[in-house]
Amino acid sequence: MSVVFERPHALCDTPTHYCPGCTHGIIHRLVAEVIDEMEIEGETVGVCPVGCAVMAYDYFNCDMIEAPHGRAPAVATGVKRANPNLMVFTYQGDGDLAAIGTCETLHAAARGENITIIFVNNTIYGMTGGQMAPTTIPGQVTQTTPYGRDPKTQGFPLKMCEILAQMDGTALAQRVSVDSVAHIREAKKAIRKAFDNQKHKRGFSIVEVLSTCPTNWGMTPQESLERLRTEMIPYFPLGVYKDLPVWNGDGGED
Amino acid sequence: MKGNEALAEAALRAGCKCFFGYPITPQTEISAYLAKNMAKRGGTFLQAESEIAAVNMVLGASASGVRAMTSSSSPGISLKSEGISYLAGSDLPCVIVNVQRGGPGLGGIQPSQADYLQATKASGHGDFHILVYAPASVQETIDMTFTAFDTADRYRIPAMILSDGLLGQMMEPVVFPDIKAQITEKPWSCCGHKNERKHNIINSLYLCPDELEKSVRDRFEKYREIEKTCTDAELYLCDDAQIVVTAFGATARIAKSAVDIARSKGIKAGLFRPKTLYPFPKKELNNACAKAQRVLCVEMSMGQMVDDIKLALECRISVDFLGRTGGNIPSVKEVVDKITFIGKE
Repeated sequence: MSVVFERPHALCDTPTHYCPGCTHGIIHRLVAEVIDEMEIEGETVGVCPVGCAVMAYDYFNCDMIEAPHGRAPAVATGVKRANPNLMVFTYQGDGDLAAIGTCETLHAAARGENITIIFVNNTIYGMTGGQMAPTTIPGQVTQTTPYGRDPKTQGFPLKMCEILAQMDGTALAQRVSVDSVAHIREAKKAIRKAFDNQKHKRGFSIVEVLSTCPTNWGMTPQESLERLRTEMIPYFPLGVYKDLPVWNGDGGED
Repeated sequence: MKGNEALAEAALRAGCKCFFGYPITPQTEISAYLAKNMAKRGGTFLQAESEIAAVNMVLGASASGVRAMTSSSSPGISLKSEGISYLAGSDLPCVIVNVQRGGPGLGGIQPSQADYLQATKASGHGDFHILVYAPASVQETIDMTFTAFDTADRYRIPAMILSDGLLGQMMEPVVFPDIKAQITEKPWSCCGHKNERKHNIINSLYLCPDELEKSVRDRFEKYREIEKTCTDAELYLCDDAQIVVTAFGATARIAKSAVDIARSKGIKAGLFRPKTLYPFPKKELNNACAKAQRVLCVEMSMGQMVDDIKLALECRISVDFLGRTGGNIPSVKEVVDKITFIGKE
């Protein structure tokens, strides 16, 4: 009998702490599948954020470093500059990447830092119990926007792919979703491209994955996926915001 | 050679492979020297977008197994304190240079020693220590840079070179020691497992209180070992000294001149100079003060080392203080006058 479905080797055989219905599990799996397919587990170093994915170091089988809040792109820069032959990725949430770590994110992109960033956007701080995130949509109710986010006093969300597409050092900025099989397949292709870019020294690649948080949204997993489709995708349109076919800096292999 | 440049050259010779920094006075020449020379000698120099990013780049480079350094001056070190705590909590070796300037706040750009407490007691949140070396000359800056890298690697602990604007900017003749950097095996590092071992994890998170307590207690066991083996101090004319002047770094050189003048006036003065501030050389201080009736602590601050002196002496001897701050430097005359005054009491 042939095996048609199994756990990717790059994913540890361990239960995760993620809430039921959360899409982190799918995204972890996609990253692990790409690492397996490229056969790079032994030369990959992952950098975890502070937030829901803080314990991802227990879930990926490659070497893993846990960074301070928002600093994963700086930590990844240190790893990559010290060992240019390693494949280095960060896995970060919206608060980590787009609030406290905005500076590190933008400057890693500006430098064309040859790393891969998996950015999980679920429009809320999950680990701390559901506060307003830099990506919380106007009108969205959170613990710290109990009357809905009002742009007049709480400002507007950051659209990171749109921002990063403007940077000369960015090779890939793509927003994907994991709400359906078709979207999951697209997400995996994007993640593969982001790792391929690094392999070919094309510069900074980011894949933003729209994700759900049933627990802090106060919804069932199914309702959460519906919200992702009807509220998040219209505000954060899916698509390729930048895809540099050939890296135009020094040191490119293409 | 200028103090800052000598430090940078010593770091290169000590096998430092990565430097990440952010511009600030008066540490500027360290970055400038490394920007010019590091790539040529097989290393990586990168100017970071912030002090915070710089220290976290050091964290990444150190976690992946190479010798890494960052340098800054007082306000920049405050920004790095988050990263220093994570480095300590993750047991990562590195060298952090603080070419101190006056504070608080933006303070000034002239020499100061007002970061003693920050360096030795509170360089970040949580229960931890870092090694703190206090050079008093350009030559010693070089020697201590080698020691800092080696000891940091040996004990998996961050090390700080606590310099100041005076030492960093002064020029003195130097000799680079003909020693090879001790290359330590780092089987714990995150440099890709090559399908040959289990994955390594560098982490400072322990959600279970017992596990966190154990990790901290294990680290404090290491500190006890460091306190036994790594203290260093200079004792000058202390054998019969009735008045012992205590001072570290550049201030100790002023104090030494003052001790010489006091001796020429017939006052039995001596100098105790801690070369390591953490671990603090308590035993050496007590040896220096065997015959002392009075102690005078001289600093470029409002007296940040005084408590450590009193505690190490268990308050058996009265400790006076003379300090200038804000970028002012105590003069030899001020110190001599104070020694003379104490001598008459």
